[in-house]
Amino acid sequence: MSLSTHNLSVGYHDHVIVKQVNLNIPEGKIIALLGPNGCGKSTLLKSLARILKPMSGEVRWQDNNLHTLPANFLAKNLALLPQTQPIPEGISVRDLVAYGRSPYTGFWGRLNAEDKRIIQQVMQETEIIKLADQWVSELSGGQRQRVWLAMTLAQDTPYLLLDEPTTYMDLSHQVELMHLLRKLNLQGKTIITVLHDINQAARYCDHLIVMKQGQIITQGSPESVLTKAMLKDVFALDAQIYQDPIAKTPMCVVE
Amino acid sequence: MKTLSLSALLLCVMCVLVMMNLSFGAVSLTFNDLLSGFQPTSEFYFTIHEYRLPRTLLAMLVGGMMALSGTLVQGVIRNPLASPDVLGVSHGAGLAAVLLMTLYPDVSVYWLPWTALCGGLLAALVLWLLCGSHSSAIKLAITGIALATLYGSLVDFLMLTRPLEINNALLWLTGSLWGRGWDQVTMILPWLILVPVAFWLAKRINLVQLGDDVATSLGVSIPVTRLAVLAIAVGMTAACVSICGPIGFLGLVAPHLARRLVGGRHQILLPCAILVGMTLLLLADLVARTIDPPIELPAGIMTAILGAPYFLWLLFRTK
Repeated sequence: MSLSTHNLSVGYHDHVIVKQVNLNIPEGKIIALLGPNGCGKSTLLKSLARILKPMSGEVRWQDNNLHTLPANFLAKNLALLPQTQPIPEGISVRDLVAYGRSPYTGFWGRLNAEDKRIIQQVMQETEIIKLADQWVSELSGGQRQRVWLAMTLAQDTPYLLLDEPTTYMDLSHQVELMHLLRKLNLQGKTIITVLHDINQAARYCDHLIVMKQGQIITQGSPESVLTKAMLKDVFALDAQIYQDPIAKTPMCVVE
Repeated sequence: MKTLSLSALLLCVMCVLVMMNLSFGAVSLTFNDLLSGFQPTSEFYFTIHEYRLPRTLLAMLVGGMMALSGTLVQGVIRNPLASPDVLGVSHGAGLAAVLLMTLYPDVSVYWLPWTALCGGLLAALVLWLLCGSHSSAIKLAITGIALATLYGSLVDFLMLTRPLEINNALLWLTGSLWGRGWDQVTMILPWLILVPVAFWLAKRINLVQLGDDVATSLGVSIPVTRLAVLAIAVGMTAACVSICGPIGFLGLVAPHLARRLVGGRHQILLPCAILVGMTLLLLADLVARTIDPPIELPAGIMTAILGAPYFLWLLFRTK
């Protein structure tokens, strides 16, 4: 296990949001963090990405405390796409994607042939080639989301941490993103993503982690996690579980 | 390619302005007079070598450094309306200078720049002690503006209660290159060491634009970068203000113009902003000296006349 938490508590100021969480991130899978608003899933994701320092306990990378490892080493292993991003002024799409190569470039940020190849490739995968020379500030919310995703992919890390990556996207781009995540997963990446759509998570992810009030309620395969009792307990919803007729994964229909 | 030709154009404009600054003034010189002015035997030697040359150099140094500071501050505060003024540095330097002029009017003017420099650096230190290294960019900016207003009102209080020294103080506070010479050039030269340090931080400033979370994920330490970049901006601003007084709007307008010309990548933006700042201050000082000779307006008034409408337009547009 490369990434794990040990009695991890995280929060802001005196307010504890994630409480005493012990978690092993299964390697090589697509993992969804699920739970109602304010349950601590984004906070947990940010502490896995070393953005937030633990109040107690620790996050470990292999056997080391994450916060003791060199920043540049971690930048080559863990990439984070936050929920909201600022809109940088006077930056083209290609420039922004190229910033994802920063951990690999020298002090002046000069790109070599390999960097350029990767930038081109991730722009193709996220279908933003046509936008390459536009300003980021001129794009729509969904386009911008894909540009930021491309920047995160350009970082070329074995671990990808995404906070609600589908939020601003239309349905077809949501589906494309989930397919892209599957493809990246087949190439060996471990992907941890916060999602709101339970059916999307059940269909595309291998491992679901369900949180409530800062603690992990249950985790495992979609089949084992997605139950009537769980939906009632965590989301206070009465729902039926059916099998997706196409993907054969479980899906819930609210009563 | 576009960037390259724009930079070349800017460079040409600046060279023309340098020639004009050397040629025009109370006495206008022809090109031949200008060339001969560099020979100690020429009748124009004093005008060129002792008066206009250092002043032109100073306009370039101060203009470039103010513009660079502004770009640095806007870069790490992540607010396009920020400038070194939001750190309270120029107002702090102004307060120190006015304190010296009103409380000790007999002290030699030699001490004025040093006092102003200390005042500016002290103001930055006060801001730092109040905010600490982990505070958000916006908290830093708001605290800085509040402090700047406080220093400004103290300056007003001093000038109103001691009307005898008000003229000198007012002249200094509008920012001017009048009467500055080789001494001032040598005082500001050592601060040029900060320019390559700023360039060295360019890549990191780019990443700060992506937000604290992404920058951290890309391996940049936000507190360290912000401290280093702001320290450079504070040092250069304090140095410039101590020599020329607070030259308004330069640190705000020059970065914006540069960003519109070459975009937001700091490897290109920083040098371009320096060129724009040099050009603007050369232009401001040229107009200030030649609009109604032999009377001179302070260059600070010219930059304000040029800068304020641009600033208003900017505010209007960002709505």
